[in-house]
Amino acid sequence: MARIAGIDLPNNKRGEIGLTYIYGLGRSNARKILLEAEISFDKKVQDWTDEEQTRIRNIITEKYKIEGALRSEVQMNIKRLMDIGCYRGIRHRSGLPLRGQRTKNNARTRKGKKKTVANKKKAPKG
Amino acid sequence: MSRSLKKGPYINYKLEKKIQASIDSKKKIVIKTWSRGSMISPDFVGQTVAVHNGNKFIPIYVTENMVGHKLGEFAPTRIFRGHSGSKK
Repeated sequence: MARIAGIDLPNNKRGEIGLTYIYGLGRSNARKILLEAEISFDKKVQDWTDEEQTRIRNIITEKYKIEGALRSEVQMNIKRLMDIGCYRGIRHRSGLPLRGQRTKNNARTRKGKKKTVANKKKAPKG
Repeated sequence: MSRSLKKGPYINYKLEKKIQASIDSKKKIVIKTWSRGSMISPDFVGQTVAVHNGNKFIPIYVTENMVGHKLGEFAPTRIFRGHSGSKK
């Protein structure tokens, strides 16, 4: 089992896909890493040799910000917006979309699951 | 679409003049402005700017973190007081 950056990669997937299990690496970054390490995209994770694994590890630690470091960076950016009290920070605080989307309907990703209001007047039909 | 880099950041020139004057005078002056679209440049740090929100002027003390944002971002134009019937 290949263990990179504290994450167990799935054994029976292609390298290109396996690397995307690491937070901060998507398909395109995974491809770039494999290209640089000169490993075929199609090679399964379980078929990587130890030497190949260290090559991948070195490339990642050198050039990419992943996992905890990346998560904390994102959190820091959000915190900065909230601290300076700008519009986007206020929207973060109140859990509403930041980029001017409508909130009359939808926006469920930010607002979370529907909270039904008791006795709310129904809109007249037609 | 973002603004062309060739033009540089937009700052209302009258506001810029007032900021310069305020820096030179070394006094704490609250500068009133309607120019919500002006970018906060590093010169603004430490100044207090009162930004109009359509109704009144909201005083904003500019800190280092705010550089690169626009003045209007700090003076909200809408006030949400909660929905009718919702307690609290």
